[in-house]
Amino acid sequence: MTSGSPGLDQPLFLPRERLGALISELQSRGYIVVGPVIRQAAIVYDELYTVDDLPRGWTDLQEAGTYRLERRADEQYFGYVVGPHSWKQFLFPPVATVATAVATEAGWNVTAADGRDAPQFAFFGMRACELAAVAVQDRVFIQKDYADPIYKARRDKAFFVAVNCTQAAPTCFCASMNTGPRCTVGFDLALTEIDDGFVVEIGGERGRNVIVALGLAAATNDALRDAEAARRRAADGQTRSMPTEGLRDLLVGNPNHPRWTEVAERCLSCTNCTQVCPTCFCSSVREVTDLDVRQVERRREWDSCFNFDFSYMNGGVVRNSVRSRYRQWLTHKLATWHDQFGESGCVGCGRCITWCPVEIDLTAEVAAIRGDVS
Amino acid sequence: MTKRPSVAVFKFASCDGCQLTLLDCEDELLALGEKLDIPYFLEATDRREPGPYDVALVEGSITTPHDARRILEVRQQTKFLVTIGACATAGGIQALRNWADHADVLNAVYASPQYIASLATSTAIADHVPVDFELRGCPIDKRQLLEVVRALIAGRRPKTPSHSVCLDCKRRGTVCVVVARGVPCLGPVTQSGCGAICPAYDRGCYGCFGPSVQPNLISLTTQFQRQGTARPDLVRGLRLFNAYAPEFRRECDRLDPATEEPR
Amino acid sequence: MNFSAPPPLNPWTTHSVEVVDVVPEILGVATYQLRFTDPLVRAAYSCVPGQFNMLYLPGVGEAAVSVSGHDVAGDAWLHTVRTAGGVTQTLAGLGIGGNLALRGPFGTSWPVERFPGSDIVFVAGGIGLAPLRPAVEWALDHGDRLGRITLLYGARSPGTVLFASQFDAWRDRGLCIDVTVDRSDPGWLGRVGVVTLLVDRLRPLAPENTILLTCGPEVMMRYVARAALDRGLSAEQIWVSLERNMQCAVGFCGHCQLGPAFICKDGPVFPYDRMAPYLNTEDL
Ligand SMILES: Cc1cc2nc3c(=O)[nH]c(=O)nc-3n(C[C@H](O)[C@H](O)[C@H](O)COP(=O)(O)OP(=O)(O)OC[C@H]3O[C@@H](n4cnc5c(N)ncnc54)[C@H](O)[C@@H]3O)c2cc1C
Ligand code: SF4
Ligand code: SF4
Ligand code: SF4
Repeated sequence: MTSGSPGLDQPLFLPRERLGALISELQSRGYIVVGPVIRQAAIVYDELYTVDDLPRGWTDLQEAGTYRLERRADEQYFGYVVGPHSWKQFLFPPVATVATAVATEAGWNVTAADGRDAPQFAFFGMRACELAAVAVQDRVFIQKDYADPIYKARRDKAFFVAVNCTQAAPTCFCASMNTGPRCTVGFDLALTEIDDGFVVEIGGERGRNVIVALGLAAATNDALRDAEAARRRAADGQTRSMPTEGLRDLLVGNPNHPRWTEVAERCLSCTNCTQVCPTCFCSSVREVTDLDVRQVERRREWDSCFNFDFSYMNGGVVRNSVRSRYRQWLTHKLATWHDQFGESGCVGCGRCITWCPVEIDLTAEVAAIRGDVS
Repeated sequence: MTKRPSVAVFKFASCDGCQLTLLDCEDELLALGEKLDIPYFLEATDRREPGPYDVALVEGSITTPHDARRILEVRQQTKFLVTIGACATAGGIQALRNWADHADVLNAVYASPQYIASLATSTAIADHVPVDFELRGCPIDKRQLLEVVRALIAGRRPKTPSHSVCLDCKRRGTVCVVVARGVPCLGPVTQSGCGAICPAYDRGCYGCFGPSVQPNLISLTTQFQRQGTARPDLVRGLRLFNAYAPEFRRECDRLDPATEEPR
Repeated sequence: MNFSAPPPLNPWTTHSVEVVDVVPEILGVATYQLRFTDPLVRAAYSCVPGQFNMLYLPGVGEAAVSVSGHDVAGDAWLHTVRTAGGVTQTLAGLGIGGNLALRGPFGTSWPVERFPGSDIVFVAGGIGLAPLRPAVEWALDHGDRLGRITLLYGARSPGTVLFASQFDAWRDRGLCIDVTVDRSDPGWLGRVGVVTLLVDRLRPLAPENTILLTCGPEVMMRYVARAALDRGLSAEQIWVSLERNMQCAVGFCGHCQLGPAFICKDGPVFPYDRMAPYLNTEDL
């Protein structure tokens, strides 16, 4: 974080009716502002044109396998948690071209994606677990030797407006994963919604430059106190948890636990959990060509370790059962991710629990495995 | 340049919808004509040249003794046999007759049933002859068809995805109708192909592309029953275009009180 | 920020290569000599034994293929490929003068240079000798720094012994070679049986001073490792080269994971002690 004039880094107060001004300010700086909107009976992420696109006055009711929207008693702009979308769809698009090849007289002319045409996004309304999820994917896609050009270009340009959660869904367990609910790092600006507006924290130079343009006053002590109370509601409201202690060794050490067979009887291997997970990064590359095979696109698409042919090689597949695929997913997410990236692959957002059509809950699966061996 | 591969198109019991998909490749049709020799394709031309053929695209299911013989001939004349559409790959919607009494059906439909020579069942081509590649769907998907054609021209094996419809939903950002609306959907047990059209219009998947690999039907139908869908509705949902695909057939029979073994 | 570190590379960047020669080896296997079209790339490219390249045939796809040698005179990199499916078939159809794209090199290397004075035992099965060949060559070139160098090789049948025409030259340079086949035919005077038997019978053997490098089918490598452990080698003295589906080669696509490892960037060459628990778990 850059230090500037100390006065400015005091939290500011953004009156509720001026939220739209922040969106306009970002748009005027060339950002495509994306944020929560209602589509198809859920709150998803899509382009915001005006402040009226936000799902003001709505909330979400979530449990394993169900999600419902409901009117709130108040007119909060951010009175819900996370939905089926995540920001990964903008940084690591579900479908992207990693290279193109054109047949010429002199042979193939292959051009790799360089990210030069990357859109410049402002993410409006990122939650703490989502900031953490982006940090997790940063470590996947931006490594010492290689960086994915598509991810990196989008990531470098993106502006993050975070929002502190003021409530928790029964599926949330970020507190036990140590990723939330308070936004502490990784944002440009962070808002906390209170009755008449937002307390705004500034994460760095870039955020400061934007917020200065709005000419806001410092937040009053009352506002700061209300914001703190609102944030505490989110922390206190968490009912689910993931016991993380010894988790890596528990899962790596139990590849033959009977629970894997039991969960495989319920699991559809449908891939939904991996697709909604903000950190899952598996993909495949497919050749898309014209009939003559003279113009070729190498198309990278989201894939999943739950897919039957994901582990295909030598005419067969390695993980030839739902059991082995569920085990791979959970063990990678919660255990071997530590070996690979020095942290868990789970940020506790609860998406995989809500969006599993048959209500499989990873915290329950871990508990079952833990219970039997302790 | 090497000889153009010859591709013959044959029709058995079907609605012609899948052949129409081939004709629907307007943009590519001209180029296709240059790349492929099409000696037999009644829907499009009146050419009826004899085999052997490099490739046969076979639409439709086997429902008559005559067709049961004809498919043997087609197989004999064909190097690489591709079945196209739910009729050819699973028996089609007409396989519903497999659950009915054949004589009853004939009497109900025809004035003079004694002149009708038909089999008691509608079955997939693969139940009669070996099949080299399956293109699923009711109807088939144009992009997948073009992949088959491209592969044929290049002389390699076609590659079509085997993942569930759910993955397509997620790639296109569709909100899951099961979770957000409690609508039953066959997507989790259905093979990709259409690009997840129905859920994008807030409806459950009808299973047009047939069962996915290792589908877990029992878990899914158990869940739908818990969410309030009645068994007969689930049976009806499974008895559609791919009703006679083995995995769907087994599950609707398990759920159907009429065929279920008493406990 | 560390300004001296070079910026990360774009993994999707490929280089155009030409097939300058195709040498049929055994049935279904050929060695392709690939030369970079661009002289600058030709000058800049280098790799170490055990590493692999992604060979890209536009419209068909990519395949991971280990570098099986370097033709210094022709400035070409050798790739010995078994025809399996789409990509490898198309490669086989290209012929001399054919053009494709390549990205690499990727992955870890055989640790031959890390064990001066050691006896080196190479154990290969089938086409697994191809990824080992550059290490064998290196070892023979640096024989004065190493102890005894041995190659134990198992093939299906006498007709499928890879690089057989090279064996005499290798023997002349000091390599002890022992070959076995699963199924013999009338003219075969050599051994019959699995390659692990050669490990069981290897004499002389100074287990504390030996490094064993193996490449072949995964089951074979598991049995070889077990046989080597039985002969008194420790798991840290055994190195294996693993294989999994790969879409990116740099750890982005997730396909090649085996336990905690990405085969592409943590491997393909691993110390056996690191991978043993995962190799011995079914369906992992
Ligand atoms: C690190 C590494 C080194 C290798 N070195 C060699 C070598 O030196 N010589 C050689 O002949 N083969 C080697 N292979 C195996 C080679 O990559 C496969 O045989 C090849 O990918 C098959 O591709 P295909 O399109 O012809 O086959 P298909 O069966 O059509 O395969 C389709 C796709 O599946 C994947 N795939 C299939 N089989 C494998 C496999 N065994 N390993 C990884 N991905 C696979 C690839 O993405 C491939 O494009 C190596 C594999 C790895 C991972
Ligand atoms: S594993 Fe589940 S709870 Fe954890 S980050 Fe992924 S979707 Fe969220
Ligand atoms: S855990 Fe649930 S969402 Fe994930 S693959 Fe299994 S059934 Fe699908
Ligand atoms: S709507 Fe149907 S196909 Fe789409 S994700 Fe949900 S269950 Fe799967």
